[in-house]
Amino acid sequence: MATAYNLVLKPRRGWQPINWSEIWLNRQLLGFLIWRDIKIRYRQTIFGGLWAILQPLLAMLIFTFFFHKLSGVASDGPPYPLFAFAGLIFWTFFSNAVGMASNSLVGSQVLISKVYFPRIFIPLGSIGALLLDLIVSSLLMFAFMAYYRWPLSKNILWLPSVILGCCLAVSGLGLILSAWNVRFRDIKYAVPFFLQMGLFVTPVIYPIESVPARFRALMALNPMTGVVIAARYAFLGGSIHLDLILVSMVVSLGLFVAGLFIFRRTETQFADIV
Amino acid sequence: MEPIIKVENLSKKYELGVLGHAEDCFREALVRGLRKPWDLLSGKSQNGNGSSRPSSIWALRDINFEIYPGDTVGIIGSNGAGKSTLLKILARITDPTEGIARLRGRTGCLLEVGTGFHPELTGRENVFLNGAILGMNKAEIDSKFDEIVAFAEIDRFLDTPVKHFSSGMYLRLAFAVAAHLEPEILIVDEALAVGDMAFQKKCLAKMREFSRSGRTVLFVSHGLAALETLCRKGIVLQHGQLVFSGSANDAIKHYVGGASERRSAIASGGIDLTRAPGRSSRFRPLLKHLDLLDREGHALHQGLQVGETLRAHVLFELFEPTSLFGVTLAFDNLFGQRVLVASSSYQPDRSHEEHCGEREYVCEIPNFTLIPGEYRIQVTLSVGGGIADRVEDAACLTVIGSDFYGTGRMPTEGTCVLEQAWHLQEPAQPLSDQSSNFSQPSTPSFRALGR
Repeated sequence: MATAYNLVLKPRRGWQPINWSEIWLNRQLLGFLIWRDIKIRYRQTIFGGLWAILQPLLAMLIFTFFFHKLSGVASDGPPYPLFAFAGLIFWTFFSNAVGMASNSLVGSQVLISKVYFPRIFIPLGSIGALLLDLIVSSLLMFAFMAYYRWPLSKNILWLPSVILGCCLAVSGLGLILSAWNVRFRDIKYAVPFFLQMGLFVTPVIYPIESVPARFRALMALNPMTGVVIAARYAFLGGSIHLDLILVSMVVSLGLFVAGLFIFRRTETQFADIV
Repeated sequence: MEPIIKVENLSKKYELGVLGHAEDCFREALVRGLRKPWDLLSGKSQNGNGSSRPSSIWALRDINFEIYPGDTVGIIGSNGAGKSTLLKILARITDPTEGIARLRGRTGCLLEVGTGFHPELTGRENVFLNGAILGMNKAEIDSKFDEIVAFAEIDRFLDTPVKHFSSGMYLRLAFAVAAHLEPEILIVDEALAVGDMAFQKKCLAKMREFSRSGRTVLFVSHGLAALETLCRKGIVLQHGQLVFSGSANDAIKHYVGGASERRSAIASGGIDLTRAPGRSSRFRPLLKHLDLLDREGHALHQGLQVGETLRAHVLFELFEPTSLFGVTLAFDNLFGQRVLVASSSYQPDRSHEEHCGEREYVCEIPNFTLIPGEYRIQVTLSVGGGIADRVEDAACLTVIGSDFYGTGRMPTEGTCVLEQAWHLQEPAQPLSDQSSNFSQPSTPSFRALGR
């Protein structure tokens, strides 16, 4: 019964190939980790699951009042609250998920130093758990559309692709930042600041049309620009900026691939330096 | 038969001071990155930063062994010998620095019970979460769920968040999940057998059952008792190196025997602490010499008799004039329990003047009453409130039996013998008086008892 050695432990240095089969074999664990995060997230809170929608909802009300009513920022067609909310649900997901993911490894110190499993599940699990919030607030978006009697078009079929694109960008950034955070705790302080600033370079509050045409391609380098434009197109219709979406998609994909490899390369040292 | 675990030239190096502190900051890495090209241009060498301290230690060095299917192997060694590092490499938690380890079949590693338990989740939920983290899939956990709950004896609290569990219940549930993992190779830390005595027995029985079923167990042991009862083979690690591999009994003999070499060193002119194998390279060798003598100042040849006087001379060096310094001798028995700590700081009228250069502390323990056995001595020099130098396992003291009580009887259990006086007498009060006390439940003393 001399089967081959299925586990070979030796020094790993430099870039490593992604171990897809291991990830696939342990996929149930990812499910369990997501389930755990969802279960415990709103324990001992008064509002509980309401927090999932409270955040984009309050932001929408504040934006509508200050930017639309007071400063006169207009949407590109639909009622401003609808316009703002469509972008906000994705932005909220993005900023929460990147924030959570980047602290996930450091927060799982005990787990990392005591038991082995594919480490990539830790940041992915915390991102996956927030997907539920995104879905719940999307449902709320439909309710708002009904309230404003804004018609639902077949554009909505794009929504799954928008979510997927957003997940690529979030996972890419989350993987890179969580891995770096293990070594450089500076990440913990830098991320919230850049996420706050990110809101202003993403067309969430204002339509992309209000940005001079020559700057739009530059803005599309921010992956969330494409996501927010595409999300509005899916929910509310209107003009589509395929070129911008494409640029953002390429950046997202690049971030995701870079994230996989950077994470994999740093992974070998997590237990020693976390 | 082919080995199921094959370890070749396995080594692990830990960087000291580098990863823990300075480089953790982005700024440091940035500065280093910017300085690198400059240093290259100006011809400075990378390592020439003037530090004479070794910046890394080998926690494991060139370990080689093979384990065959069905073996039960115990790994023993004193603290810092590399047991945990070896376990962490085999458990895939950390990579080796050099060498290779090959394993065949499904491996289950348990370094700690309850890893991944979440206090907010209920017992039931934690069984599933913990099972998944340990590598079981949902179907497996489902099929073993009842068994796990029965083993842990917590069925009434299954739907209570584990943060409300008593620590005993928590550990029982955690071990129960781990015990129902069914790998072909089980790598376990002995610290797993936890909880109260009854449950510890249950844990050890489970491990024995596991090895009887023909599976391979690698067991890291911190004491010798469990090793004797559980393992057929043993591996002895010392200062990161494998010094013995063979049957469990021989391994124990070797481990204890290593002590006898140091014992002979005691007999012949004391121990050179600067070159002691148990010295950590983290410290400057300030502790120089240790002598263990009897009351008359003769070297201990056979060991020290119970109840005799032990005199320890510790020679050390102080680099700067200081009044805040002290020497501590800590005695561990072979089961790793610390049984005695002697420290100069316990001396009420000790010198509070400033000293500098070589000094010798003499510690006299007039009535050394630890029970017969081997004791390992750790010597520590502290200066200014911190540890300045430390030597683990500096010496091994043998305490030999004597007729301490003058009766020819000597306890073999416990940790020390103490003078005691027994006398037999007639009961002070007739029994009938006491019973009449209890027959009056209204008396205050009884009520206090009842509560």
